[in-house]
Amino acid sequence: MADLKTDQKKGPELGEKSSASQPFCECGPECCGGSSDKGKAESFIKESAHWIERRSETSAGAVPVVRTKLSRQDILGKVKARFGFGRMNYKVRPGLYAVGKAGPDSPVLVSANYKLSFDSLRRELGSLDAWILVLDTKGINVWCAAGKGTFGTEELVHRIEDTGLSHVVSHRTVILPQLGAPGVAAHEVTKRTHFKVIYGPVRAADIKDFLTAGMKATPDMRRVRFGLRERFVLTAMELTNPFKYLVMVTAVLWILSLLGLRLFSWGALYPYLGAILIGGFFVPVLLPWIPGRAFAWKGWLLGMLWAAFVNIQQGLLPPTPNTWQPAAVHFLLVPAISAFLAMGFTGSSTYTSLSGVLKEMRYAMPAILASASIGIVFLAVVLIRAL
Amino acid sequence: MRKHRHLSNVATLAYDPDLCTGCGMCAEVCPHAIFSIDDKIARITDRDLCMECGACAKNCPFGAITVRPGVGCAWAILISEIKGREVPSCG
Repeated sequence: MADLKTDQKKGPELGEKSSASQPFCECGPECCGGSSDKGKAESFIKESAHWIERRSETSAGAVPVVRTKLSRQDILGKVKARFGFGRMNYKVRPGLYAVGKAGPDSPVLVSANYKLSFDSLRRELGSLDAWILVLDTKGINVWCAAGKGTFGTEELVHRIEDTGLSHVVSHRTVILPQLGAPGVAAHEVTKRTHFKVIYGPVRAADIKDFLTAGMKATPDMRRVRFGLRERFVLTAMELTNPFKYLVMVTAVLWILSLLGLRLFSWGALYPYLGAILIGGFFVPVLLPWIPGRAFAWKGWLLGMLWAAFVNIQQGLLPPTPNTWQPAAVHFLLVPAISAFLAMGFTGSSTYTSLSGVLKEMRYAMPAILASASIGIVFLAVVLIRAL
Repeated sequence: MRKHRHLSNVATLAYDPDLCTGCGMCAEVCPHAIFSIDDKIARITDRDLCMECGACAKNCPFGAITVRPGVGCAWAILISEIKGREVPSCG
């Protein structure tokens, strides 16, 4: 953590490198990937009939026409990606796509090549005639990619030229999702391509209203939300990894118990199952209603309440010379786990800044590590006494 | 919906009104509506809502806004720390 303290001094220098910087990922742990296609041939989702209707001839060559209804395969793929399976390779080929009977006057909507981003756009375009210009964002959603700079000025300029967009449409306007703005300097794109950049709504669901209103976004369309539904969906990703570890630990304990070491029991396990659910599910879902601002604090608070409940339920409280140590293990380990996992949800949230999370971590990390370390020492003592 | 708020007084957002022409790009791209345009000049309404995404600075044609953009993501910061990256980043 020592380095974090120096970060503020680096401020101006980092600011200069803005094109190579990153924001918030709606993806948590193995944040946004980027390592998947190093040294490998790029692989894209196959063009198949379930999402491509036909090909349409344009003055810049044949362009795939996409369906605006999601198929069962699309939805299955979405669920898998949400739980983190194959998420890094869920990408469509960059380039130009058509919707409906797109013609020279049809609007051009720019998207990322993460298939979830692409799908959430095309499903909103039923009965519309439009073009979708897909940028190569390495299979990452618009917001993350904009922060990395892959959804950026360079790629947009390159893609406009590469697809021959100026031959396909007669107008000179491209509509970008507003969340692409951290990566794209609109004035620079215009200078280099003569295409005007208009920032559309944050959510694809508003795109029709935006177009009908003559490409005007209402203030509401411009705001990112982080409502109950959004948070709920993101918990799937939060829980996948901790549960993998829990399953592994359980498996090890179970094998040990087969060997005669009786460490494995539901009573020993469920406090930690609860700690994971608090950090990965309850804190994200209840976020605005839990008092305090720091995510780690919110996780710690609920974890502490849960540990107290567990201790009372297991008859460890009030403490006696025999019960205070196992009670202390719960009080030290459970809140530490839920605080740590809750802190991880900062990456999924749409309102934390780098400076804010650095500050939070500067206080939370030492506290979590101290609590967990002392907890593990007590756990060792309890286990040794039990043998 | 209750408004989310993270820590106060941390954002690196800085703005020089002397360079502003009131074009309104910042107000358009900010996902938290921090900027408002009054009398042809941008004004920061609530800087504690800034998540340092960098969209305003990037899209200000007059360089009136600076911010250190970055990920507000604990995992990214931890991983970057372990891998020895200077700027915390995803992946």
